[in-house]
Amino acid sequence: MAKTNGAAKNGRIEVHKTYKVFIGGKFPRTESGRYYSPQPAGQSLGNICLCSRKDVRNSVVAARAAQSSWAARTAYNRGQILYRIAEMMEGRSEQFVAELQTQGMTAAAAKKEVVQSIDRMIYYAGWCDKYQQIFSAVNPVASSHFNFSVLEPTGVVFVVANEESPLLGLASLIAPIIAGGNSCVVLASESKPLSAITLSEVLATSDVPGGVVNILTGLKSELHEHFSSHMDVNAIAFDCNDQKMLVAVREFAVENVKRVKHYSQDWTDDESQNPYLIQDFCEIKTTWHPIEQISASGSGY
Amino acid sequence: MNISNSSFRANSPTVDQVGVVERAKRFQTRSIKKAAKMAGLKMVLNMIDLTTLEGMDTEGKVKQLCYKARHLHDAVPDLPTVAAVCVYPPFVGLAKSEVADSGIKVASVATAFPSGNSSLEIKLDDVKMAVDQGADEIDMVISRGRFHKGDYGFVHDEIASVKEACGAARLKVILETGELGTLDKVRLASDIAILAGADFIKTSTGKIKPAATLPVTLVMLEAIRDHYFNTGVMVGMKPAGGISKAKLALHYLIMVKETLGEQWLTNQWFRFGASSLANDVLMQIVKQQTGAYQSADYFSLD
Amino acid sequence: MNESTATWELEPAPESTAHVQLEKSYGNFINGKFVESAGGSKFSSTNPANDKVIAEITESTEADVDKAVKAARAAYDKTWSKMEAKKRGKYIYRIARLLQERAREFSVIETMDGGKPIRESRDVDIPLAAGHFFYYAGWADKLSYAFPNRNPKSLGVAGQVIPWNFPLLMAAWKIAPALATGNTVVLKPAETTSLTALKLAEVIQQAELPPGVVNIVTGHGEVGAAIVNHKNIDKVAFTGSTNVGKIIQKAISGTKKRCTLELGGKAANIIFEDATIDQAVEGIINGIYFNQGHVCCAGSRLFVQESVHDEVIRKLKHRMKSLIVGDPLDKNTDIGAINSKEQLKTINKYIEIGKQEGADFYQPECSVPSKGNWCPPTLFTNVAQSNRIAQEEIFGPVLAVQTFRTVSEVIKKANNTPYGLSAGVWTDKGSKIFNMTSQMRAGVIWANTYNKFDPASPFGGYKESGFGREGGLHGLAAYLDV
Repeated sequence: MAKTNGAAKNGRIEVHKTYKVFIGGKFPRTESGRYYSPQPAGQSLGNICLCSRKDVRNSVVAARAAQSSWAARTAYNRGQILYRIAEMMEGRSEQFVAELQTQGMTAAAAKKEVVQSIDRMIYYAGWCDKYQQIFSAVNPVASSHFNFSVLEPTGVVFVVANEESPLLGLASLIAPIIAGGNSCVVLASESKPLSAITLSEVLATSDVPGGVVNILTGLKSELHEHFSSHMDVNAIAFDCNDQKMLVAVREFAVENVKRVKHYSQDWTDDESQNPYLIQDFCEIKTTWHPIEQISASGSGY
Repeated sequence: MNISNSSFRANSPTVDQVGVVERAKRFQTRSIKKAAKMAGLKMVLNMIDLTTLEGMDTEGKVKQLCYKARHLHDAVPDLPTVAAVCVYPPFVGLAKSEVADSGIKVASVATAFPSGNSSLEIKLDDVKMAVDQGADEIDMVISRGRFHKGDYGFVHDEIASVKEACGAARLKVILETGELGTLDKVRLASDIAILAGADFIKTSTGKIKPAATLPVTLVMLEAIRDHYFNTGVMVGMKPAGGISKAKLALHYLIMVKETLGEQWLTNQWFRFGASSLANDVLMQIVKQQTGAYQSADYFSLD
Repeated sequence: MNESTATWELEPAPESTAHVQLEKSYGNFINGKFVESAGGSKFSSTNPANDKVIAEITESTEADVDKAVKAARAAYDKTWSKMEAKKRGKYIYRIARLLQERAREFSVIETMDGGKPIRESRDVDIPLAAGHFFYYAGWADKLSYAFPNRNPKSLGVAGQVIPWNFPLLMAAWKIAPALATGNTVVLKPAETTSLTALKLAEVIQQAELPPGVVNIVTGHGEVGAAIVNHKNIDKVAFTGSTNVGKIIQKAISGTKKRCTLELGGKAANIIFEDATIDQAVEGIINGIYFNQGHVCCAGSRLFVQESVHDEVIRKLKHRMKSLIVGDPLDKNTDIGAINSKEQLKTINKYIEIGKQEGADFYQPECSVPSKGNWCPPTLFTNVAQSNRIAQEEIFGPVLAVQTFRTVSEVIKKANNTPYGLSAGVWTDKGSKIFNMTSQMRAGVIWANTYNKFDPASPFGGYKESGFGREGGLHGLAAYLDV
């Protein structure tokens, strides 16, 4: 249960919240029944779900089921939904700030983290119906064919979220990944998981279809083998500087040729937001189609 | 008749799925109010083939269905009856005696419904069993496997044979559109069925999803209209399965009116194959009369 | 056999006007406030479906225009051009959201003021207008990606003059990209349809845009001319007739003003024998009878391959019979009121010309209200390329049908016009589509569809249909120095 300041204020017994994870649009506890109690600022945050490989499995199933219909939505609609996430985050900004402080951030840093996270969501909301125009091409092939290349989502992406920037790091990766039409499973910051849990409550009330984003809490050391060897995960966004683990993840990923992207940038820098993050989780598809050759002068057919 | 398989295909026009869906959606923007709504709802009731097609059907169930067909909602006077009851062949005789002189027709599925995977002989026996007991209408299924293999001549001839076996009974040909895969194939199957002598073409058995949809029905209505334009002969249409709400049913009627014309707006030429639609229509009728939204608890389930 | 032969007619289903808030009289919107004109007069904006006056509108003076341009210039210099791009974007997002929230009110006003069916203002005009703001809002902080290796800069004050056929949508097409790229705006709506632009001014207030960023002045053509000719305008954007477009192009030819023109059209809509005929017929209907044919890209010249001509025309006439003409506020209306008495006169003049030229005339039977401006859907068959109804833009629900035999022939005929805004092609054969799209001299080609618009898709013409594009990435260039 969530701890607030002491047991009782003004004689009222506060109601503490049980933390859950977010899978397929629902809020179960971990199937393992286990918990851990991170103490980023010296005091325990409460009983956080210690997810197991089966939670990873269930989340990937949910993400896979949601992905194709998410990708099939119009780019405009995805943009509207990302914008809606930002609107809902704005409404919860005080809670986000308070939780970041509970997890050890200063008030000023917490406020900045929240504001930047909201703006980041809006930034990528804008990209949803634009990145195709930047990255697609009509290719001038030397035969009578109409040849064009477009981006398509890679599929299911597993995200290992930033440890120290528990909200901004999360927003900075989830937004471009789902903007491009992927679904994802996120492993939240291990030591500071509260922001991710609250974000999942935002996502659940932002018209994001269930399963497009799934959020787990738990230990990287325990789960990295399972998500990186999972044959139905197509890509991994790895925002963690544990080099040994990164190598292991890359090796496990080989089995189904996962795309592994390693991130180590400073997310507070606005330069860290750009459409190339969307491209990171897209494939390029080229189509050839014949062009009939009958002109106004009537020559040739 | 001796028509090559390829010429069946050549004689059937193609359709553009996106355009069909768009057109179908536009019918749903029509707003049907007041007297038009009431007249439409009663028309819908009068076009329903009240159906029970379960493996667990019994005499008791068929009797209850027939009673419901005759007494849709006695609390409201001057309601029309449904068009027909639709049952499996063994229940045709019973249904005939139950509907008696109400004017309600008895339809029977036949031809190894719902898969249609049997010999022509058995299928014709199936039809004969229903017709001998007095079925007014026969709902047959086409051989979808043979259709997908491109044996269009076979599909055509089979329908023609069933039509012959029907005698005076009117023949509804079920295309099972949910198994046909594309609207082009729906159009082709419609054309084959019409050419082979179908009195009605029907979307679905109700056992396969998707069943009837507005776009699929529109493509079939266009086949009917083209046949009418070319020959002056009218063919009926029966969407079946998946239509359970009055509002949707009214939009079907709009589609029929704007695609074929008002002469099709009678149960001679248009039917709904449905079981739960009737009660929703009744609830809307009572809502129109009383102004109060209705609860399903007050409408009998049979 | 038929038990009932009684007709089943739809009852009236009028959209309520109770929710609409309109003033009796409107001034101009300058520097963030509604202000009365200094010395200008008022004129009435009427409902073309019943001739009733809806509100009084200002006939602005040159002094009003000057005031608006000064406000726009000050806003440009002091706030808008200096503002962080991300913040500009957020203001534009607010406009988009407010339009979405108030969509029904805007739809009803658009229909009352302009005569278009509520089905279209509700399902097309207003959502697309909001969509445009939403789309361009996102571009504000991403411009460097649209023009790689350049550092795009805003132009200054944009003077924008828009037509009466899509009043709010055209305002959105003009204002959204201008604001996203950092320009400020003086906009003049058409004199018959100013109300939704003035309501948009309210939304802009609600969105708390800095004063002067958007200014709206109303009035007739002279007001538009005053904007175009104002020395402090850096950019002119005009949508309207080719005649006026040419006057504007000439008027600014001695200045450094940048210009985009979206002018008239006489689009070819081409039906090949291998087309999906029923969907093509629907495309013909959407092509010419959408918005009473008051569409610059309307498919007003229909080319049908001879082998399918009779089938297409039979089905087209059948479909025309199911079109409902009448009260634009009725949710079932397909064809509403002609926008003005003047425009109705023009359309009727062309119908007479068509008859005199010997083309075969067809209108389905339909009853129209006694008051207001009405024109039933009209079809001319047996038309030749040399007929005036096949050459001149009618801007009404009048379709001229010609036949053709070969691909070469139809390409020649379709391109045989001074216009080049749009074209339609109907065939089930992909390679033919790409051949046609490469050979048609027009800015937008619809293949197996017609009259589709999207904020992400560039729109604009070849030849006398104008230059510059609106919509999509390409629409940004019109408002930037790249």
